[in-house]
Amino acid sequence: MRSVILRATAPYLTALMVLFSIFVLLRGHNEPGGGFIGGLIAASAFAIYGIACGVASVRQAMHFHPLAIAGAGLMLAVLSGCLSIPLERPFLTGLWAFPAVLGGDVGLSTPMFFDIGVYLVVVGSISAIALALEEEDS
Amino acid sequence: MMGSDTRFLLILALPFLAAALAPILFRRLPAIAAAGLALFPAAAFAILLSALAPVAGGTAILAGFNWIPELGIHFSVRLDGLSLVFALLITGIGTLIVLYAGAYLGQHRDRGRFFAFILLFMGAMLGLVLADDLATLFVFWEMTSVTSFLLIGFDHEREAARRAAIQALAITGGGGLALLAGFLTIREVAGLGSMTQILASGEALRMTAAYPAILILVLCGAFTKSAQMPFHVWLPNAMEAPTPVSAYLHSATMVKAGVYLLLRLNPALGGTALWETILPAFGSVTLVGGALLALRASDLKMVLAYTTVASLGLLVMLIGAGSQEAVAAAVLYLIAHSLFKGGLFMVAGSIDHGAGTRDIERLGGLRAAMPLTFAAALLCALSMGGVTPLVGFLAKETIYHALVEGDAASALLLIAAVAGNALMFAAAFLVALAPFVGDRPGAIAHPHEGPPALWLAPLVLGGLGLAAGLFAPAFHAAFSVPMASSAAGRPVAIDIGIAPHINLPFALSLATIAIGIVLYLTASRLRRALVRGLEAIGWGPDRGFDQMMRGLLRGAFGITRILQNGRLDIYITVTFTVIALAVWLPMTLTGTLPAVPVMPHLRFYEWMVLALILIGIFAVVRAKNRLTAIVSLGIQGFAVALLFMLLGAPDLSFTQFMVETLSVVVLALVMTRLRLSPSDHRPWREMLPDVALAVAGGAGIGLFLLRLTQRPFDNALSDFFTAYSRTIAHGRNIVNVIIVDFRGVDTMGEIAVVMTTGLAILALIGIRVIRRDGAPAAVSPAAPAAGEARP
Repeated sequence: MRSVILRATAPYLTALMVLFSIFVLLRGHNEPGGGFIGGLIAASAFAIYGIACGVASVRQAMHFHPLAIAGAGLMLAVLSGCLSIPLERPFLTGLWAFPAVLGGDVGLSTPMFFDIGVYLVVVGSISAIALALEEEDS
Repeated sequence: MMGSDTRFLLILALPFLAAALAPILFRRLPAIAAAGLALFPAAAFAILLSALAPVAGGTAILAGFNWIPELGIHFSVRLDGLSLVFALLITGIGTLIVLYAGAYLGQHRDRGRFFAFILLFMGAMLGLVLADDLATLFVFWEMTSVTSFLLIGFDHEREAARRAAIQALAITGGGGLALLAGFLTIREVAGLGSMTQILASGEALRMTAAYPAILILVLCGAFTKSAQMPFHVWLPNAMEAPTPVSAYLHSATMVKAGVYLLLRLNPALGGTALWETILPAFGSVTLVGGALLALRASDLKMVLAYTTVASLGLLVMLIGAGSQEAVAAAVLYLIAHSLFKGGLFMVAGSIDHGAGTRDIERLGGLRAAMPLTFAAALLCALSMGGVTPLVGFLAKETIYHALVEGDAASALLLIAAVAGNALMFAAAFLVALAPFVGDRPGAIAHPHEGPPALWLAPLVLGGLGLAAGLFAPAFHAAFSVPMASSAAGRPVAIDIGIAPHINLPFALSLATIAIGIVLYLTASRLRRALVRGLEAIGWGPDRGFDQMMRGLLRGAFGITRILQNGRLDIYITVTFTVIALAVWLPMTLTGTLPAVPVMPHLRFYEWMVLALILIGIFAVVRAKNRLTAIVSLGIQGFAVALLFMLLGAPDLSFTQFMVETLSVVVLALVMTRLRLSPSDHRPWREMLPDVALAVAGGAGIGLFLLRLTQRPFDNALSDFFTAYSRTIAHGRNIVNVIIVDFRGVDTMGEIAVVMTTGLAILALIGIRVIRRDGAPAAVSPAAPAAGEARP
């Protein structure tokens, strides 16, 4: 892509979108959002970055192979489901804890980690596909 | 825990424990590894011996625990006369085999792996015969097939070994599936889940309408495992495995699993006309056919393999003969066979080890060099030939006695038994006598006895056969009577001794031996005649198996070519045709087309969104090139997302926006890579079928949705989610709560699919084909993927 404007704004745009995607992911349990949407936002962020600045710099920025990220997400989702097994509850039963942090209750739960897993799978898989398609034939 | 006697659950763990230790032991302490591993089955054997007295008294020891309570499946064992004798054979012979294999394999590179496999098999086989619950039994049954596969293919660098392993797995595994179906049918129609329940059910199974189906399915399992003709082909081919495996799995234990099952189920399934027809028919053909094929072979192991096939036929025939005495004969023959055949296989291995060949025609004169092996061989062969005072004699007398007393049909079986036994007599001495007598061929340079275990193990088995004959009353009381009583379902008396009585069975015995001697003396002429005869036929089940596998592959290939033809336009056409048919057919056939809807009152901005959707469609259809069409499709998608937003589904709308954006980006990227012409140049009449399909599909989905919304809405689910999403799952966003909590398993499946799709697409994008000149080249994805015109 030859657009100077896009290339100049892409890093900021991407950073903002990724930040926004995490915001969407974490608010998802109570407000519109969630891991799936968040993942899509982040994946489009990386796709835009790739179109603007080239795939190599995206791969460098992501550090891990996108599919490794997806795999880690799947593993996280499965493990968060397994946590209920030692407590003799069925697989994937949601477990909640409300530790007080800085004076406010923070809801920590296995569904949250599950959702993070969903987020990672979506980010990883979609950006793997998008980046591979953006790559020039070598 | 259901039973108190958990010792017998623990012995099941011993072989598996040993299997886990084997590779480590061979790496750290190679000198004593085999002896150390032999301690595990020996310990199991000793523990099992302690059960002899109570089991001989007629009690069955039960133990177990709940495995999958939701399905009523237990992990349970049942120790009665039948399973105890089997378990003793498995652990006892297993101990000897481990010692023997330690000497036989010497410094083999993969010893650790071999011992791990054979001990795994031992555990599986022990589990199979001890299992009470049908599910438990089936798991172990399959495990024996898999471990047998691993052991036959142990020498996996040879093609023949690989083929034999696959063949054995295909045949016994296929039978295993039939057996599973049989067990499930038993559970379904009679509600019986364990052997104990089945044995207590009396007439229940025989009275059900499903009895023939159950019987056929169970027999498929038993006949494939126990190598009844025509399923026997895998057993001779399994001789590709190292000799200790042949001695253990393919003569003494695993191939008897089918016979075990028949003996076990005899009280519940036996006694019917069907049972007493199928079993003797298959058994007698297998007996005579197997024994004939044994004389054709010239490899010691092959001779033994075919006599094993014949012996299994004899056992099945006897079980099917129906009388109590026939069952007693089967039990005696089974024990005798395990002892002498295991021993003879070991002898064959020792001859191979000491003389360097297993070919009968090239062996001879080994008696001076290998006297101890010779002694073991003779003991085993005399038992196999049914010569007093060995245990084989007891078995053969009982067989003839049982068949003499029967009707006309059993006269046929008697003829088969005499013929088979005579042939096997000849085969026994071909293996045990011919290599040792006569002149030593010059090709055998330095024949020698191997390490002690190589002659001691078969000598012990031969000696046990002698002891069982000499102390027949004690042998019967401890082993054969409890075993036969379990198999017959009522107390059975066995009092046959080694002293010959002058009666018809004894005369038949003498005749058998006489014919056997004649056959032995004419063996090489007979072999040539048989080889010529079989070559004239030129076809056998073994080739049949190959033809079947080839046909299977060819069929699969053909179907794949049709379904996966590599043309994207055909895939899409088929997919959308099916969708259109699926929505149109039910609605038109059942006359449930939707009523004309009442036009709702729409606000101004809602009209605007609808207009946007229509403009999007119009733009797609009128687009001059593909990229414009894709972007226009995006307009349409965004308009739908807007609609979701207005109707109060922010999550859905949000997702729709993102999916739409990404699909436009991805589609555009794909288009650039496909190197298609920028626009569709086809004339109208070629596009017409696509247009018709698109209209049919779209209109169908539209009508279907209309119809759905015209039905009364069942809001049980949405009420549930509304009521509980806050209280149970601590979330106000019901959509998200459903995704990550209420329907978490669905989501897990979906993300797994997303991940797999990502992997698959990545692989597709990365496909490179090797060009003729050897350089990898990027395939133009258009070539296989899209059938449209390329520039």
